[in-house]
Amino acid sequence: MADENNTDEREEDENISPWQQMIDNPFLLLFIGVAMPTVFYTLWGVMEIASIPVAPY
Amino acid sequence: MAQFRQCPDTGLFFHKEAENLMKANAVAGVVCLLIGGILALLVVLTRWPAIHLLPADSFYMVLTAHGVCALIFWMIFFEMAILYFAGSTLLRSRLATPRWAWAGFVMMVIGAVMTLAAIFGGKSSVMMTSYVPMRAEPHFYLGLVIFAVGALIGCFVYLGTLVVAKNEKTYEGSVPLVTFGATTACIIAIFTIASGAEILIPTYLWSIGYISHIDPAMYRLIWWALGHSSQQINVAAHVAVWYLIAGVIFGARPMSEKVSRAAYLLYIFFLQLASAHHLLTDPGLSVEWKLFNTSYAMYLAVLASMIHGLTVPGAIEVAQRKKGLTNGAFEWLRKAPWGNPVFSSMFISLVGFGFLGGISGVVMGTEQISIIIHNTIYVPGHFHATVVIGTTMAWMGLTYLLIPVLFRRKMIFPQAAKLQPYIFALGMSMVAVFHMAAGTLGVARRHWDMGFAGNPLGFEYPATAYLLMGIAGIGGVIGVIGGALFCVIAVGSLVFGEKLQKEAGLLQSFGVPLADSAYTNEKPARLPMAPAEAVEADHGESGFEAPGTFILAMVLLVSFVIYYFINWKYLSEVWGIS
Amino acid sequence: MTSLLPPAQKNWWAVPVGRQEIIWIAIALVWCLIMFFMMPLWHMYGNQNIPTEAYKVTPAKYQAKVNEMIEKYKVREETAMKIPVVAPPDGADVYLLARLWQWYPMLELKKDVTYRLHLNSIDWNHGFSLQPVNINIQVVPGYEMVLNITPNKAGEYTIVCNEYCGIMHHAMLGKIWVKE
Repeated sequence: MADENNTDEREEDENISPWQQMIDNPFLLLFIGVAMPTVFYTLWGVMEIASIPVAPY
Repeated sequence: MAQFRQCPDTGLFFHKEAENLMKANAVAGVVCLLIGGILALLVVLTRWPAIHLLPADSFYMVLTAHGVCALIFWMIFFEMAILYFAGSTLLRSRLATPRWAWAGFVMMVIGAVMTLAAIFGGKSSVMMTSYVPMRAEPHFYLGLVIFAVGALIGCFVYLGTLVVAKNEKTYEGSVPLVTFGATTACIIAIFTIASGAEILIPTYLWSIGYISHIDPAMYRLIWWALGHSSQQINVAAHVAVWYLIAGVIFGARPMSEKVSRAAYLLYIFFLQLASAHHLLTDPGLSVEWKLFNTSYAMYLAVLASMIHGLTVPGAIEVAQRKKGLTNGAFEWLRKAPWGNPVFSSMFISLVGFGFLGGISGVVMGTEQISIIIHNTIYVPGHFHATVVIGTTMAWMGLTYLLIPVLFRRKMIFPQAAKLQPYIFALGMSMVAVFHMAAGTLGVARRHWDMGFAGNPLGFEYPATAYLLMGIAGIGGVIGVIGGALFCVIAVGSLVFGEKLQKEAGLLQSFGVPLADSAYTNEKPARLPMAPAEAVEADHGESGFEAPGTFILAMVLLVSFVIYYFINWKYLSEVWGIS
Repeated sequence: MTSLLPPAQKNWWAVPVGRQEIIWIAIALVWCLIMFFMMPLWHMYGNQNIPTEAYKVTPAKYQAKVNEMIEKYKVREETAMKIPVVAPPDGADVYLLARLWQWYPMLELKKDVTYRLHLNSIDWNHGFSLQPVNINIQVVPGYEMVLNITPNKAGEYTIVCNEYCGIMHHAMLGKIWVKE
């Protein structure tokens, strides 16, 4: 049964938008979903806190 | 050889191992909800000024346990059940590595028990947030770490199941929308748990003396990547449950797969940035960091929620109109099955999450408006609307659905079950609304005595604040009654409900496998794609498929706009700060 | 049960989206952008913005700074605990200290005058919650925050602690008087 469908799957794959390919790929999404907040929230935030100066007095 | 059974009523397939894991996780979740609910009653009765039940030390202990139990344990256990359901049952796939899944479950139970033991030992009343340098006992942190690692294993079992399903071609095309929603929740969960490990492991080492110092500002930053994101897992998961219930009850078809999935994609990209909501009045973070993060990069995750807010009821409306309920804008809604607790829980969850939780959340997460809301009791008011009316009610609805399907028991007390969602929603809406109102008068959260007993400096909140807290107290008691009713019906059905299948014995309700006779070794037929939609005439006016839903959405928007600017007005009246 | 099934088309991204969804998405997006730009606009034209000025500081140093200020500007003492009340000159640096379970010292300020209010905790997290105006600021130990505040109404104000800080959290209060 699987073999029957293989050919049309391949044909259709060529027309599938990159957005759909991304949405259909959970591991790519996992990478993006972890990278986004890690970079913009955590790393950026850590840098800001780390760069707070020591009190001048 | 994987064994499956097919539910004769819904046609859903259950893989034997996955089924037992779903049961075990769901039951563990409900037990945590039960404990969390009992603790909630004690919190409510203490914050109700006229009763003021507990002494300060017990109050803070109970409040810590309530937060941990209800907000972490109940949610995550149930989420594990949802992941296994969405990965295995919906895809007709065997679950990947069930032994690992069981190991994860056992770790979660051990972790939960350990942390609760630390809290009830009385020396870990540090609140769920456990801000350093306030120190809890080491096993408070260790329990949370073990729990989190267990949940992380569950997430990877889910991802593994997606791989198995794809490789074994158990479905055609893309995964169903509900499964995609669960994937979103799983991704957010992985970031959440990683952040939790990042901060709680060092904190554990600090509590046993291996590390001398944890920076309090860094702690808050990274802890909130755990604390807030864990609530975003709930959002992604309960939206998936809305789609699921709309599909089961109405046969609703997503209005547009593209729109719904793109909205989830926005969640994956941006939802977790909102951890910054908690740090808007913290020292030293730049305006750029705050604006970008608190607004989920220009409110794109809010856009996603507003999209789901249209497409979920819209899908229901379209399905109802197809059945001939086409009179006026709202016949589809009036004639919805309001007596079915699966539907009523789900719909109240949708409306309550949008109107109460969603609007208040965006308003208080506005950088400057946070000044008049931060750490007041407005905050618990807001999140009881999101995680109780929103998430908990969605999962109550799902539980009513699963009692016959997964547990193979008939629900007991059907008349009480009809009323339960309304009682619970009434009580919790009162809690949410009146806490928010009291918060605008400055009443503090996590505070034992709004009368400040023992301080020589005189200060009293306005009498209105006492009144509001009293009404919230009444609401809390009603909510606890509604929650208790749910627990009685859910647990009672597992124990006393009529068996729909002879194998569904008492132990089988709690995760022990059904006898082999219930299963076949035959692999389920491949999950087909949804039938293509017949081209048909427009139902609504001017090409709108779901005009009633559009009206509701506009009502939401107008309320949103008005409430948003009212808060700016309030803010403009306080002292100048720059 | 089609939300439980794979999409009807393999290439579902290419299926056109209905008019209703497009209109709603457009409206919602506009609203989202309005909300976003309200925040920078308020930074430009509004009077209530949390500043980013902050310093790392040790408890001993901060305590010394507070004591120095009290010595200079103390006007009286309040309550049986003899908590000093400080009346700083216009525009001065005012050092307020949070500790278990007290805001220290008390302040006497003038209406419509801007002060540089320093906030720091020398032990745990505390929450500066000024009542009845309802201004709420997180106070994190080790980090000194500087707020330029301008009281806009005379009266007696109370600082409540609204970050949980242990068993006497509920009794942690401070005072600010604003004079005409």
